[in-house]
Amino acid sequence: MARVELAVIDDAPAVALQGLDELWFQVAGTVCNLRCRHCFISCAPDNHSHWFMTRKQVREALDESVSLGVKEYYFTGGEPFMNREMEEILADALELGPATVLTNATLLLPRRARRLAALAANSPYTLELRVSLDGITREMNDAIRGDGAFHRCVEGIRNLVAEGFLPIITCMRSWPEHDTPHYLQGFRELLAEVGYHRPRIKILPPLLMGEEAGRTRGYEETERVTARMMEGFDASQLLCSRARLVTATGVQACPILLEAPSARVGETLSEAARTPVRLKESACFTCYLSGAICSNTGSGVGGEL
Amino acid sequence: MGGPPVGERGPGGRGAELALDAPMVGSLPGSPMRVAAFGGIYSNHRALKAAIADARRRGAEAILCLGDLGAFGPSPDRTIHLLRDEGIPVVRGNYDDSIARGLDDCQCGYTDPRDNHYARISYEYTLANTSPESRRWMAHFPREIRFHLGPLRVLAFHGSPRRMNEFLWETTTPTHFLRGMAEALEADVLLGTHTGIHWSRDLGDGYWYVNAGALGRPANDGRREVWYAMLSADSRGPGSGTNGSGPGGSVGLQVEFVPVRYEVELLADEMRDEGLPHEFIETIRSGWWTTCLEVLPGKERARGRW
Ligand code: SF4
Ligand code: SF4
Ligand SMILES: [Fe+2]
Repeated sequence: MARVELAVIDDAPAVALQGLDELWFQVAGTVCNLRCRHCFISCAPDNHSHWFMTRKQVREALDESVSLGVKEYYFTGGEPFMNREMEEILADALELGPATVLTNATLLLPRRARRLAALAANSPYTLELRVSLDGITREMNDAIRGDGAFHRCVEGIRNLVAEGFLPIITCMRSWPEHDTPHYLQGFRELLAEVGYHRPRIKILPPLLMGEEAGRTRGYEETERVTARMMEGFDASQLLCSRARLVTATGVQACPILLEAPSARVGETLSEAARTPVRLKESACFTCYLSGAICSNTGSGVGGEL
Repeated sequence: MGGPPVGERGPGGRGAELALDAPMVGSLPGSPMRVAAFGGIYSNHRALKAAIADARRRGAEAILCLGDLGAFGPSPDRTIHLLRDEGIPVVRGNYDDSIARGLDDCQCGYTDPRDNHYARISYEYTLANTSPESRRWMAHFPREIRFHLGPLRVLAFHGSPRRMNEFLWETTTPTHFLRGMAEALEADVLLGTHTGIHWSRDLGDGYWYVNAGALGRPANDGRREVWYAMLSADSRGPGSGTNGSGPGGSVGLQVEFVPVRYEVELLADEMRDEGLPHEFIETIRSGWWTTCLEVLPGKERARGRW
């Protein structure tokens, strides 16, 4: 076992940052109002292993980001809207550039949706809401995301659409790939019912980590990125070649590897931008195969009609 | 780090390789004070013809094409012959790069199945209908063109200075990002296209970004007109549409986006005759995009109909 582990680490290729296009914030730490079974960082109301970022912490990184030429800001958790300062944080970010929030939408009541629309209208930049919904029926979604999640999420989407947003609906694929058209159609019908007639849908490949590893299967030992695999491979496909994740306690290589000590690349953003990422983790293998599933555009199966 | 990643320029990276015989940098002769620029022709030879005539009428001393000659429209060689006959310099677009090299797709990077479906139809049609001679000509398009507009240093490219197929939309491109790039590349004016929607921004202290939009299809605004950009070095100092004076100087940039009318119905007829999809025809007739919607940011998408 030990020998295998050592060999894997020795072989792990390094990826340097080509440019800090995407700056991610673990703005809600691992705190979430839901407790999804597939959550790849096992977020929950009582998971306090990573705490909320303060507006001041975010501000400092935003200030640093200007000279680093950042193009887009992403906010994730946990559930970003569990952070009490979230709207102020978004206002700060939207002064500088476009912002995307990855949310479960269950906390997006009409009044909050209206305030978000006002924030968006006051900025020259786009505010994107990326909503996770993991099924086309209550049964399918709630089996993964917990009782009541479906109803509250769909209501959140309704509120966003009513305010003029075109949220990006993301769904982790939990079916065989060839069934995707069927599910896309199901999403379109569901979303039309809440007034969303030109939905932006993105189907994501599953990441086998955290809770998800127990639900299906973990990565196998051989599923690692090796130096040989990187020969002739376009590293710009990997998020860590153009992104970093800022947390309350330091900077990680990418939003997928919040927990991995090997993916900690610095205390400050500038330091993290200089530090190459060693692709030691098995999740890197999924990245390698799937491309940048985290960004708004890029790999992932969309479903527009 | 200091500034955006200019080190990424050059061959390598997504869709960034050049055909072997292409120079990296082209130029325009002299220092014109007034230059017309357009991109995204998408085989709309009728709009192209109208735009060239209009730009001359308005006193353009030079005309520059920012790339993407093919897609959507009929008979790609008509557009190519027109540009060649007029001697208009062309910056290499992702579409031109793909066609010249016979790649599998247009390098727009669509992942949505519907967008992909239509992108494939237009790409395969364009590839099959572009003559070998045209393709050889396109293989010489430089990746960027540098020139002086009066005293202003202009860097013209297709998508972004670092990547031919990078989308620079108005609502997703921060000012600091563009400003850092302009300073690092020693250009007062960054001039590109690729998105299909025109916009410009004063980046402060004498720096500018201009997206010339597209001649090939309307700007997803419900109007039938298509657009080009007229850039003038404005020595009369600050005024409407200028960025005022840079340190120690009084020369600003004046950007005017010019709507172009052309024979939409005749083009629609040609597209129908060529068996091009009804959706493409609907776009030029209605002014609303019907395909390639996936890459639009939320705000631009919300302004359109689909
Ligand atoms: S998947 Fe998202 S909504 Fe679900 S527990 Fe994790 S962070 Fe919360
Ligand atoms: S998980 Fe992906 S983005 Fe993160 S470090 Fe590994 S390869 Fe890079
Ligand atoms: Fe293009």
